[in-house]
Amino acid sequence: MPVKIISTKQRVTAFLEGEIDHHTAAALRLEIDEAIGRNKPKTLKLDFADVTFMDSSGIGLVMGRFRTIQPLGGKLIVSNLSPQVYRIMQLAGLEKIAKISKREDVNNAENK
Amino acid sequence: MQKINEMRMTLDSKSVNESFARSTVAAFMAQLDPTLDEISDVKMAVSEAVTNCIVHAYPQSVGKIYICVTILENRRVKISIRDKGCGIVDVKQAMEPLFTTLGGERAGLGFAVMESFTDKITVHSKPEKGTTVTMYKTVNGRAGI
Repeated sequence: MPVKIISTKQRVTAFLEGEIDHHTAAALRLEIDEAIGRNKPKTLKLDFADVTFMDSSGIGLVMGRFRTIQPLGGKLIVSNLSPQVYRIMQLAGLEKIAKISKREDVNNAENK
Repeated sequence: MQKINEMRMTLDSKSVNESFARSTVAAFMAQLDPTLDEISDVKMAVSEAVTNCIVHAYPQSVGKIYICVTILENRRVKISIRDKGCGIVDVKQAMEPLFTTLGGERAGLGFAVMESFTDKITVHSKPEKGTTVTMYKTVNGRAGI
């Protein structure tokens, strides 16, 4: 499971790709936490634009990163979710800990 | 209810097989010409059940996961995922959203997702004998029957 991470002192953005499950989540966790540890950013953004599949392991990944960044006073943004992933994040109540949003092209399609 | 088609497979409880399991079940279901949402629902539910076998049923060892997918009349799909692992002492408690015995990175949402993305789920478990999760989903398909 590849992940591209762009880090500044202000913000760490992780561009997730492919399938997130229990098997792939462990490596993602390590890479993202390493970037958080190095930069101690004010904001962590997880971009799901290129995620093709996710199960509840992805929820664990988001909740775990919240717990990593919260003691540093950071906030969490989760963006570009597919409608289905958005649904399970809502099911898990992640709106309470992060700013979550759907993919823009999806919103446009729904408005048509 | 009459069986129309059936597939069985046995997998080692290795996390690398999670993706194989959900993709194979989805591929077998393709004969019903499902919508993308229906495929995604089933893949998610299967992924949760298989992950439970790997993480909970066989925590310290590699065991076998038995998957049986049956296509029934009226486009109903029955998916049974069984293990011979440690079993669940309190199934009702295990199925409560956010309940987890592992903490840390596990959200405790596996059964909640399975319930939410299929039509019906039953769980039979005996400590030290194993667990069977059976899920049903009606696949209306792209023709929208």
